[in-house]
Amino acid sequence: MKPIMTSIARLGRGCIFLSKTLLAVPQLLPRFGLVVQQLHSVGVQTLLIILVAGLFVGMVLALQLYYTLNTFGAEDILGLVVALSLVRELGPVVAALLFAGRAGSALTAEIGLMKATEQLSGLEMMAVDPVERVIAPRWLAGFISMPLLAAIFSAVGILGGYLVGVDLLGVDSGSFWSQIQDKVEFYDDVVNGIIKSVVFGFIVTWIAVFEGYDCIPTSEGVARATTRTVVHSSLAVLGMDFVLTAIMFQ
Amino acid sequence: MDIHSGRITAVMGPSGTGKTTLLKLIGGQLRPDQGEILVDGQNVHQLKRSDLYRLRRKIGMLFQSGALLTDISVFDNIAFPMREHTRLSESMIRHLVLIKLQAVGLSTASHLMPSELSGGMARRVALARALALDPMMIMYDEPFTGQDPISLGVLVKLIRDTNHALKLTSIVVSHDVEETLSIADDVKIISEGKVVADGSVDEVQHSGSAWVQQFVDGMADGPVPFHYPGPSIGELLMAGVKTR
Repeated sequence: MKPIMTSIARLGRGCIFLSKTLLAVPQLLPRFGLVVQQLHSVGVQTLLIILVAGLFVGMVLALQLYYTLNTFGAEDILGLVVALSLVRELGPVVAALLFAGRAGSALTAEIGLMKATEQLSGLEMMAVDPVERVIAPRWLAGFISMPLLAAIFSAVGILGGYLVGVDLLGVDSGSFWSQIQDKVEFYDDVVNGIIKSVVFGFIVTWIAVFEGYDCIPTSEGVARATTRTVVHSSLAVLGMDFVLTAIMFQ
Repeated sequence: MDIHSGRITAVMGPSGTGKTTLLKLIGGQLRPDQGEILVDGQNVHQLKRSDLYRLRRKIGMLFQSGALLTDISVFDNIAFPMREHTRLSESMIRHLVLIKLQAVGLSTASHLMPSELSGGMARRVALARALALDPMMIMYDEPFTGQDPISLGVLVKLIRDTNHALKLTSIVVSHDVEETLSIADDVKIISEGKVVADGSVDEVQHSGSAWVQQFVDGMADGPVPFHYPGPSIGELLMAGVKTR
């Protein structure tokens, strides 16, 4: 019974924390430099892993699909299948999982250490709201970065698929692109993928900043919070992906 | 407990007795289970958030760990409260920051990052930051810990001179009996959440209380046990593995 009550209490604290963070977001307008700084550390510094992972996921996808499609003489639709898989599903989901591992864990550790070294208390005593100064810029940067990273992941993945499908396995280049152009729907596929990544960005960054802010301010507490961020974010992304897919593509 | 304005009040007592908690209660970071705390005539825990923040702008606090922001330089740490709460020009802020740093002997270290400072230097930078907005009250949480003898002497003098020159109210929480008593006007010794001695330095030093004498003289034997309560070392050794 106690673990359930503890979890409900944490969820309640998390929701109150989120509402405070959202209320602090408009206050960031006069100091948007803080958000730009965080966009660099949360977004730009996650770019490398997104680019590399996107490229390889697209390449593997093309390789696997080519042999299956070839059995039915349907290798011309390779580009379409790769693009749909990435835009609808793999782009938002894998990018969110990588984002949770790279940026989410870093956010939790940074905020947790700021708490452990009394930096957050110091801000409060200087009459500066830590939610406004530390949390909101990081949350907003993560929320903005996630859809962009997912879009980059999908684009690079399609390029990876092209490299393997067209350059390596000999699929016709015209068919590869024309099938994508013809069959990938902007609203049904691209926009739905973007909506997914927006939702994932919201959830992953919320979990990351909350875990850091709510952690026990010791080395062990920060380590546990960082682990929780990765585990909870990954589970939340996979769970929400099922729900969103069921709603969007029924 | 009354803290008189314009004076240096030393709050002393054994570890874990609630000295830092007392400072956090005064600053409104913790809420008391009972009773009330008045600062400058305002009940800290009944203030609205905006009023509490307005009050905190008049209070400087030196944390035990320094609590410097680690992602910005020494200069920016001291400029931080000025940039947040004043509309001073950057050139004016630069002058003020360098003056504050000069007071703590670190004007040439303004470009360093907090990770490049020793513990003692970090504490001095934190002190400069606590003084940044010329507050009416400063709370010092263990200001002398980790200071070399030269820095210690300068800090003691700085706290005393700043307090007297600016007519500040200072609350110094410290274990360093000699240094603290050398600058304090009033002394409060607390133990287990209660004030056990209260008065001027002279009154406390000549207190008849065995408890106060043990603390001031740093004696291991006395009414306050040095050892954590429990079985004696003889009993523990004889019990062998059972103590696990």
